[in-house]
Amino acid sequence: MLNKDGVAIKEQVMSKFPSIETLVKPKAIIECYENIACNPCSTSCPFEAIAIGADINTIPVVDFDKCTGCGICAYSCPGLAIIIGRIKENKALFKIPYEFLPAPIKGEVWHAINREGKIIGEALIEKVDSNLRQDKTLLVHVEVDRNLLYDFVTIRRKEDE
Amino acid sequence: MLSKDLVIIGGGPAGLCAAINAANAGVSSLIIDRNPMLGGQLIKQTHMFFGSEKQYAKTRGIDIAKRLIKEVEENPLIEVWKNSTVVGLYSDKVITVLKEEEYLKIQTKAIVVATGASEKSLAFENNDLPGIYGAGAVQTLMNVYGVKPGNKILMVGSGNIGLIVSYQLMQAGVKVLGVIEAAGNIGGFKVHASKLRRYGVPIYTNTTIKRAIGKDKVEQVETVKLNDKWEMIAGSEEIFDVDALCIAVGLTPMTSLLSMIECDMKYVSELGGLVPVLSGDNETSIPGIFACGDASSVEEASSAIVEGKLVGLVASKYLGGIHPDYEKLKQEYLADLDNLRSGPFGEKIRVGYQKLGGPNHA
Amino acid sequence: MNKLRIKEHPILDFSEDRKRINFTFNNQSVYGFEGDTIAAALHALGITKLSESASLKRARGFYCAIGNCASCNMIVDGIPNVRTCITILKEGMKVESQLNKGELNVK
Repeated sequence: MLNKDGVAIKEQVMSKFPSIETLVKPKAIIECYENIACNPCSTSCPFEAIAIGADINTIPVVDFDKCTGCGICAYSCPGLAIIIGRIKENKALFKIPYEFLPAPIKGEVWHAINREGKIIGEALIEKVDSNLRQDKTLLVHVEVDRNLLYDFVTIRRKEDE
Repeated sequence: MLSKDLVIIGGGPAGLCAAINAANAGVSSLIIDRNPMLGGQLIKQTHMFFGSEKQYAKTRGIDIAKRLIKEVEENPLIEVWKNSTVVGLYSDKVITVLKEEEYLKIQTKAIVVATGASEKSLAFENNDLPGIYGAGAVQTLMNVYGVKPGNKILMVGSGNIGLIVSYQLMQAGVKVLGVIEAAGNIGGFKVHASKLRRYGVPIYTNTTIKRAIGKDKVEQVETVKLNDKWEMIAGSEEIFDVDALCIAVGLTPMTSLLSMIECDMKYVSELGGLVPVLSGDNETSIPGIFACGDASSVEEASSAIVEGKLVGLVASKYLGGIHPDYEKLKQEYLADLDNLRSGPFGEKIRVGYQKLGGPNHA
Repeated sequence: MNKLRIKEHPILDFSEDRKRINFTFNNQSVYGFEGDTIAAALHALGITKLSESASLKRARGFYCAIGNCASCNMIVDGIPNVRTCITILKEGMKVESQLNKGELNVK
């Protein structure tokens, strides 16, 4: 339970996802479950796709029609609570924020990790973005099996056992 | 005896913002800080800040510090003394300072106390062993001096500081064995907790430290579970092998200078402990002596920044320097503080201010 | 012991070559780098016991690292009660454990 162990239950996670049909294009999944005085996701979005409003304690809501899945919000969120998800045939493609060393490298295969920190499969590193605007937060493009859509949240290097 | 119109004690975010806003109103000030560098606790915050753009949200604390320090250092109206400790504060607005090796007395006209807060400690057997550090200490060691506190650490406290410092420890290459929390729920933002869980760090609620074990240094820690009456459950003890233990159980305002002038103080646990009673202008019961930031109530850096700006405005007015946008800015700052304090996490602060009968309660 | 010095960090830059500063700790030759505090330099070498408490002789290290708690007090160049966690290291400093409440040799 989120309050006791920091892990959102499946229903909570799925409530942040758009429909499967919408996910053929990349979309922002904002796992912000609490009213925190914070709005960088909304102010960073170049497409005005994230609504918070004047009261910055409001939980952000994504307009999936406007969201292009660019990933800017993913590296702007101070809580690192945003991932970008997309479905392509039998794969799920994600863009996730990552702030550890060693950094992932394109082509490597890392562990796919769920919200409890457990290994649930493999993640192929497709690309690693790191421009100045990202301010040291990497945006890692990964490919996992489609059935991990609601479970996958981050990666762990295979040697770190 | 020296003379300075406005002295700001403490060069953290609140103090720096107070000086900048006073300068914007044409009032010069002297910032006195006991550390070798300005920035207060910002200089060790590698994470992105919350709040809104006005409080530098999304910017890393270390970069907010650099910006504010640069603004201060480039401002001809702001003088800075580092490595200088204010050791006395008197109600006739004289302060005494240990400026490196020199002892000086200064007659001031207005004073801003922006001394911040310090770590609380926790009572348990052998809590004085080396290797048992406050969370701020761990952050200072790794983020300012580039030294790891150890290789295997247990974190005590699941408030924002405990959760954030655990993440920063991992970034520094330290293994965090877990976060323990005496209460039944995680205290800080769940997004911080979720980050730790996904990176494999367990969080144990209803758990506290029973004792530390080691000779001359902490080597093991014994934890124990608590029932819902906060009593230790016999037989639930567990031993962790550690080389450092981090205590993140809250901060308490550093108000010892204020107690020298016998201004009205009150103990309000929601605000962190003993705090000054303040008017709506953050003025203490001694006219011309103001307080802001964690010294007035333990909140986030975003609040410290806004309070600092507010105090810069009102303190300069007290000295006759009125900012051209005084009314507009004052309303803006008060509204910002309300907004920052209006969510569920601000409830404790709102309750605290109501008990205090102090400024800006929502 | 230099395993405790961070070389690579995802956010911070510790790559700058800093000048080595030599000093002594209880007459032992030790070193740190420019910009270190005394306590940080000792910690990097694995020295966590800085002093002892005055009556019960319990080991003392630092706790708050911001100059508040006085746990890190040591004798530096003959001066007692120096808060080593906020005192910047200088070449040739003589740092000693403080085993009592501090004595000043006033001439």
